[in-house]
Amino acid sequence: MSRRARLVLFGLGAVGLAVLWVVATGGLPPVGTDVHPYRDAAVAAAAAHATANVVASINFDQRAVDTLGEETILLASVVAVTTLLRPADDERVEPPDPPPAVLPATRVAGWALLPVTLLVGADVVLHGHLTPGGGFQGGVVLATALHLLYLAGSFPALQWVRPTRWAPLVEPAGSGLFVVTGLVGLAAGAGFAANILPTGVLGAPLSSGTVLVLNVVAGIGVGASIVTLLGQFLRQEVVIGPEAAS
Amino acid sequence: MTLTAVAWTVAGWLVVVGALGIVRSRNLVQTVVALSVAQSGTYVLLIAAGFQRGATVPILGAGGAGSTPVVDPLVQALVLTDIVVSATVTALLLALTVQIAKRHGTVDPDELRALRG
Repeated sequence: MSRRARLVLFGLGAVGLAVLWVVATGGLPPVGTDVHPYRDAAVAAAAAHATANVVASINFDQRAVDTLGEETILLASVVAVTTLLRPADDERVEPPDPPPAVLPATRVAGWALLPVTLLVGADVVLHGHLTPGGGFQGGVVLATALHLLYLAGSFPALQWVRPTRWAPLVEPAGSGLFVVTGLVGLAAGAGFAANILPTGVLGAPLSSGTVLVLNVVAGIGVGASIVTLLGQFLRQEVVIGPEAAS
Repeated sequence: MTLTAVAWTVAGWLVVVGALGIVRSRNLVQTVVALSVAQSGTYVLLIAAGFQRGATVPILGAGGAGSTPVVDPLVQALVLTDIVVSATVTALLLALTVQIAKRHGTVDPDELRALRG
């Protein structure tokens, strides 16, 4: 199909969608009203389990099974990317080129921010049930910390940590522990991923029962999967090259 | 325009503009980014649906919660799921793009005509 024909077809589709969109959204209640039945139910359920962050309560308590599905999508994506980016038959793994010169300021900033970022990531994970954050957000921050080494021009240091060796094992371990936590609830007779731990006092660091546990488990899984994903892309760029013509 | 009209229009506009980006794309990386733009329309739609005037964050015990109503946390949880799935899909598509660039020597979708092993 020519580009022109494709654009004309798209234009027809877009006009049709626009008409349907106006009709559909015209029937929706206006934005900003105080009618939110799901909000009322979710807030009451979160308060009953002493989880200050209602969003975390929804993700890791009220619909924890869906979050397990989300975690599984992440795992599937990591497996797929790892499969796609492995060296092909006509490629070889070569030692990385010496890293390009990096400004001393960049290098210092990278190394200085490494512990800070690790700390922020752990904080976001561990307080996910109290304040905005949680396992998914904190896991991404933790994974970012590791790759500050790359930005600081220290690809050898990043290789020394060998993220592509352990991260693909830690990722399924995180997802597996999520399932185990769910099965413990099942074994206790409360149902899969039910909040069976004592929930404590609202706002206390050790409150919310399994939400805290699942946040940590998800943080480990997400952190490891982002490390794996970025590691595969970096490896592809830095150490995998076409086989030398022989 | 009222807030309602702005919110629904922006959400729909993002989806259409993202789709247009995919259709017009001459580079697969751009195609993947355009898909992300289209997906972000759903974030706007969901967050707008959960908004309430004068309401505070859905964190119990913060910002005078208890006396002040909070915005709908359910849609925020859905957006979080949405973002995670969007990120994984983006990673997968970019990995496919890397392979296509290596196998076919081009990332222009229009030049990818023949199937090759």
